[in-house]
Amino acid sequence: MADLTTNFLGISSPNPYWLASAPPTDKEYNVRRAFEAGWGGVVWKTLGSEGPPVVNVNGPRYGAIYGADRRLLGLNNIELITDRPLEVNLEEMARVKADYPDRALIASIMVPCEEEAWKAILPRVAETGADGIELNFGCPHGMSERGMGSAVGQVPEYIEMVTRWCKQYYDRPVIVKLTPNITDIRKPAAAARNGGADAVSLINTINSITSVNLDTFSPEPSIDGKGSHGGYCGPAVKPIALSMVSEIARAEATHGMPISGIGGVSTWRDAAEFISLGCGTVQVCTAAMTYGFKIIDELTAGLSEWMDQKGYTSIDEVIGRAVPNVTDWQYLNLNYIAKAKIDQDQCIKCGRCYAACEDTSHQAISMSADRVFEVVDEECVACNLCVDVCPVEGCVSMVPMAAGEVDPRTGKVVEPEYANWTTHPNNPMAKAAE
Amino acid sequence: MAQGQMAPGIVSGRLSSDELTSNFTDLHPPLAPHEAAVAADRCYFCYDAPCVTACPTDIDIPLFIRQIQAGQPRAAGQTILEQNILGGMCARVCPTETLCEEACVRETAEGKPVEIGRLQRFATDDVMATGAQPFERAAPTGRTIAVVGAGPAGLACAHRLAVLGHDVVIHESRPKPGGLNEYGIAAYKSTNDFAQAEVDWLLKIGGITIETGSVLGETISLDGLLGNYDAVFLSIGLAGVNALRAQGADKDGVRHAVDFISDVRQADDLAHLPVGRNVVVIGGGMTAVDAAVKSRLLGAEHVTIAYRRARDAMGASRYEQDLAASHGVRIMCNVQPVAVHGNGAAAEIELEYTTSQEGRLTGTGDTVRVPADQVLKAIGQTLEGAPEGLSLDGNKIAVSDAGRTSMDGVWAGGDCATGGDDLTVTAVAEGRDAAMDIHAALSS
Repeated sequence: MADLTTNFLGISSPNPYWLASAPPTDKEYNVRRAFEAGWGGVVWKTLGSEGPPVVNVNGPRYGAIYGADRRLLGLNNIELITDRPLEVNLEEMARVKADYPDRALIASIMVPCEEEAWKAILPRVAETGADGIELNFGCPHGMSERGMGSAVGQVPEYIEMVTRWCKQYYDRPVIVKLTPNITDIRKPAAAARNGGADAVSLINTINSITSVNLDTFSPEPSIDGKGSHGGYCGPAVKPIALSMVSEIARAEATHGMPISGIGGVSTWRDAAEFISLGCGTVQVCTAAMTYGFKIIDELTAGLSEWMDQKGYTSIDEVIGRAVPNVTDWQYLNLNYIAKAKIDQDQCIKCGRCYAACEDTSHQAISMSADRVFEVVDEECVACNLCVDVCPVEGCVSMVPMAAGEVDPRTGKVVEPEYANWTTHPNNPMAKAAE
Repeated sequence: MAQGQMAPGIVSGRLSSDELTSNFTDLHPPLAPHEAAVAADRCYFCYDAPCVTACPTDIDIPLFIRQIQAGQPRAAGQTILEQNILGGMCARVCPTETLCEEACVRETAEGKPVEIGRLQRFATDDVMATGAQPFERAAPTGRTIAVVGAGPAGLACAHRLAVLGHDVVIHESRPKPGGLNEYGIAAYKSTNDFAQAEVDWLLKIGGITIETGSVLGETISLDGLLGNYDAVFLSIGLAGVNALRAQGADKDGVRHAVDFISDVRQADDLAHLPVGRNVVVIGGGMTAVDAAVKSRLLGAEHVTIAYRRARDAMGASRYEQDLAASHGVRIMCNVQPVAVHGNGAAAEIELEYTTSQEGRLTGTGDTVRVPADQVLKAIGQTLEGAPEGLSLDGNKIAVSDAGRTSMDGVWAGGDCATGGDDLTVTAVAEGRDAAMDIHAALSS
């Protein structure tokens, strides 16, 4: 069995799975259940300043997108930070950390963008024995209207400033949680690093309206006939999260910065993908909210099994393995030429590849009267749409052409050398080949 | 004397009313909305879908399933009913396992097709639950067409003609309309008097009159109809039944399976319907399976289907055969009846083993006797009472693709006419297409 022990910023946890700061980590009761179930760590539900806590709506806080069998694909929420008094949360955190010293316990914090506010709360958090803090610069609803959450996360200068305060008044690791509701994720990440952050975590939730009620014309979830955008999370957001994580992992200004990956982690495979793109831990929320804490058994066993199969003995060996393969479009090899190939033995003759290619792509699949579908190499640009729409996995594949073969579409010989857009003759900005 | 299932002879009350009620519930219960959503999601929305090609009425199956998926079963029902006005009944009785569902690519892929039949029922039930016709009639044409026979072909023809603005008079010999939907189809496939409910709903289109007790060749004649109407559509079915050539075939207890099935369908109280203790059904088609299964459901202790050829030659689909087997019906193949024994009433049937050489069936001379106090003959129906002057092809009325007979002004469709399998869905297609051709002929 591969060792899943994780050391992230010096914070040790028995596995890389942390529960994200969210409803599942709002109370001692829930967190104890999570630790009993086997979770490696938790980021405690975001704390606010001392004083009367925030209030939540008293109607639906969540909305969902489903697959056909009501498999939850995406979740939207308008819950705010913890609505329990700071004192209560701090006491509970201290008790839980004392009882589970081997688990990671991170305090998520969101207080106004004033030095005094941070200066006031940080020592109190430190007293709990929490292993570190996560700055919630991500929540896209409610708190942002009060100048916190994503309102901070969208202004790199604020991120840097607040991070600096935190490093000044707190001596344990500081993680900055980023909002995806921004054009270029590298900017806030760089700001966090400049402010001295030990790590970033991402993504927080994405602005979303899950649906519109066509009887009442209210967005869902609806509170007395009105709706507000919420934060979208769950399996649907994973591709967005992976991309943002990869941007930070490979950008010059942020390369090598520890990342805690968040966004739709539902199975061990999702976790492995985040880790391979540079994450040292992953944070989970929606999957736990959908299925309960017991999913940790599959998450840990699956990751361990995969690592065993691949011969990896520690999480560190996996971190960042995919990062070198993430590149810009302009560096992709234009001499790599593939053609779709349909395995007639596996084909069930649904014709989806034909409809997709004929109607929306390159007319590169032929259909005979007896429903035999074949690729027309003269037209195929290897776009992969037929692979993507084929209901039979492995039936259509993309087969690379060997160097020296002639591409029937262009009539040109497949060149063995790598060549990209930067040197392509059609590129007005092309640099002359040396 | 033994009671219940073991009671000798042909008697009623072999099972309690509760048992009978339970036995004759829906074979395939309707899908709940969530089940329908999940079932619909399995459809791949194939290009030029094989299921549509396999459907005699060319229902746009991927479209209606997508409409279910998109939360509009009523629109889905409309898609179905535009092609097949008896889509509700067909959803229940079509041998989908040899039509759309056999052609389904997921049958190819996984041996588990999309449940097209049940989805069709889900959609058509939704439309029928409104109680209203989703179609409107065109402006009146002033033409009136006679339809002979209120079975699926006749009803489909009449409805389409009515939609096109014509008036229709249906002449039906039996007391109730519906044809085999009413008198022939397995009771466990069409529960809650669905056939009549469907006819009532269909007639809401307006412009269709049904005259029951109107018998071609007795109370009406083709010449008379041609004189009184602008066109005639014959959908008279196969009223004759083949005779059993076996010694003692006239003994009490020997009867036609179609009559037995009709009795079951028309029974007010199944507890009063007699059935044998030992029932032998002669034949290998769907009628044989229906009669055999019904006998078991009524409480017959032993039911045997005796079929003269090999199992794979049976007209009943593999699914139907398995249905019979799962109800405890024994299927004997390669046996043909040679004699019914018994003192006045049947007690045993003597079956001779057969072999088939180069397609020719011959008896081996070896026989076996099977207890049989009731023998049901399901050895095929034949055309009976076809009007003189019409060309026949084999023993059916010869028609063109659009249902034109050899006689001007006379169209025919359904089981009585050539072309297609003798299925409800085929009859609907033929009635519909003949209506379009009649309309074209009257409009030109």
